[in-house]
Amino acid sequence: MLYYDQIKNYRDFEVQRDEDRCIRCQVCVRQCSYDVHEYDEKYDEIASDQTKCVGCHRCEAFCPTDALRIKKNPSEFRDNALWTPQFIKNIYKQADTGGVLLTGMGNSYPYPVYWDRMLLDASQVTNPSIDPLREPMELRTYLGARPDSLDIGGGSGGPSLKTVFTPQIPVEYPILFSAMSYGSINLNIHVGLARAAEEMGILYNTGEGGLHPTLYKYGKNTIVQCASGRFGVHSDYLNAGVAIEIKIGQGAKPGIGGHLPGEKIGPEISLTRMIPEGTDALSPAPHHDIYSIEDLRQLIYALKEATDYKKPVFVKIAAVHNAAAIASGMVRAGADVITLDGFRGGTGAAPTMIRDNVGIPIELALASVDERLRREGIRNRASLIVAGGIRCSADVVKAIALGADAVYIATAALIAVGCTVCQRCYTGKCPWGIATNDPYLAKRINPEIAHEKLANLIRGWGHEIQEMLGGMGLNALESLRGNREKLRGVGLNETELNILGIKHAGA
Amino acid sequence: MMKRVYAKEEVCIGCRLCEIACAVEHSESKNVIRAYKAESKRPVPRNFVEEKGPLTFSVNCRHCDEPLCVAVCIAGAMVKDEKTGVVLHNEEKCAGCWSCVMACPFGVIRINPAEKRTVKCDLCAGRTMPACVQACPNRAIVFEER
Repeated sequence: MLYYDQIKNYRDFEVQRDEDRCIRCQVCVRQCSYDVHEYDEKYDEIASDQTKCVGCHRCEAFCPTDALRIKKNPSEFRDNALWTPQFIKNIYKQADTGGVLLTGMGNSYPYPVYWDRMLLDASQVTNPSIDPLREPMELRTYLGARPDSLDIGGGSGGPSLKTVFTPQIPVEYPILFSAMSYGSINLNIHVGLARAAEEMGILYNTGEGGLHPTLYKYGKNTIVQCASGRFGVHSDYLNAGVAIEIKIGQGAKPGIGGHLPGEKIGPEISLTRMIPEGTDALSPAPHHDIYSIEDLRQLIYALKEATDYKKPVFVKIAAVHNAAAIASGMVRAGADVITLDGFRGGTGAAPTMIRDNVGIPIELALASVDERLRREGIRNRASLIVAGGIRCSADVVKAIALGADAVYIATAALIAVGCTVCQRCYTGKCPWGIATNDPYLAKRINPEIAHEKLANLIRGWGHEIQEMLGGMGLNALESLRGNREKLRGVGLNETELNILGIKHAGA
Repeated sequence: MMKRVYAKEEVCIGCRLCEIACAVEHSESKNVIRAYKAESKRPVPRNFVEEKGPLTFSVNCRHCDEPLCVAVCIAGAMVKDEKTGVVLHNEEKCAGCWSCVMACPFGVIRINPAEKRTVKCDLCAGRTMPACVQACPNRAIVFEER
């Protein structure tokens, strides 16, 4: 287009407007935060600058006459298995700017999805399946360290438990809302997450942006996070939730820190993060006080001291090559819950190269960590939560069968409130009102609607999990935990089957 | 007590789908595409989305207990239904003097330039829920007794 840098014409999307249906109501003009659509009064015409389209589908979803279609730009470079359009366009972009490629959400490359290579079992003839609509089906899960053995006392009143347990958190579903900071997403979403967690008896995680004063009342359903930036961390904050999570790494960007630009630090975020307005919020890559397992132990116990040993401490790492050995160290350092975030975990902003090339699949990390902790006889000393690319209830069931105690979901939760995974969170202009603090856009999330949708998602997945458990003849999630006999692989090689600890289908 | 339409500015996103729904509801065909593209009279909504920066909300007739528009109407076109409480406007009788437009403290009476008459909200007679309320994608308009 005239006056444009030529490479912009290699745009990703095409805006198709059916002129027979368009009534010039300009809803699309108002909804697009990237200024794609523009109304010309003189010609009574809406012009669309397709080079700006990010493919979020907001205009298409809101068009009252179904006049808009957002399609992939059909223009094609000559076929080349190596030089795919993505690489070519990235090079053009970097040749122009000299900058680092940025992106949002999780790894979008076609690496194998092991959830899709594993199948679940069901009862036939020799053992009865169970109908969860007629019989009780237990999904409640307790998170926290279990003692090595139980000490049972006798006496005239009958047997009694003498062992004193470290704090345990009951959750009604094995699904928690993963860490997303206030700043990366806005307060309306946090309110929705907190209320949904309260209604469903599960937990949500504050992320590293602190806890807004209005959210303290949801403490019973809150995990507060302590990350390398230590934003908003103070005594009341640590005691506000039911657990504390030390975030060492994040699946979308293992090994690197975070950066919330100063423009996004408005008065409320400044207050919550305890940093001056307009200053960049930089989370260092490492915790500057953790350079070893011993250092980690110091922080774990400092947090336990600060909360009077009443809150379990979670430690979250990105799933990387030596996750199993690291996890073993984390358990020995005193972590009550281990969180593993796989390479498909999302983010509000990450360098594209890191997001798409660093880390390992969560399925393999989960299997190897669970196996290692069992072999070392310390699996009981920590619960295991996995995150990063859990898309449906079947993924949850497979994760539990591989050895997880619960899963974290975040991308799925955002999709529930409208996200279309356009991967432009880092621009701060999210047209769906999610990854933005712009007051005009943030209003697009009504906390009441977000609450309902998020609770519905958990409810729906809960029903499905019960159905799958019943089908396998199990009446409690506990009976499935680490029960890899209930899984079979399809199309996996010997090494993959060994790591996953499962048999091939047919075997 | 009567049910009225209330705006919730904290969740209004300024999309103006309520205006479109209102215009279509008061059109001849009640079909969104035909109303705008085929009907000879361009549909006019009875509600207004007010906008200033991030602040937006949809406002329509408050159906006042003591409506000034009724008091000033020289043609007897504006009446308050004693039973339902709805302030109704008889467009046939309207003389197009714009007195009601000037008198309304909420600015919710619209001039229909083509007809040289005013139009205003009738709470969608015959509908259980006004069109604007049903069309709002973010529950920023509610129909309730307060």
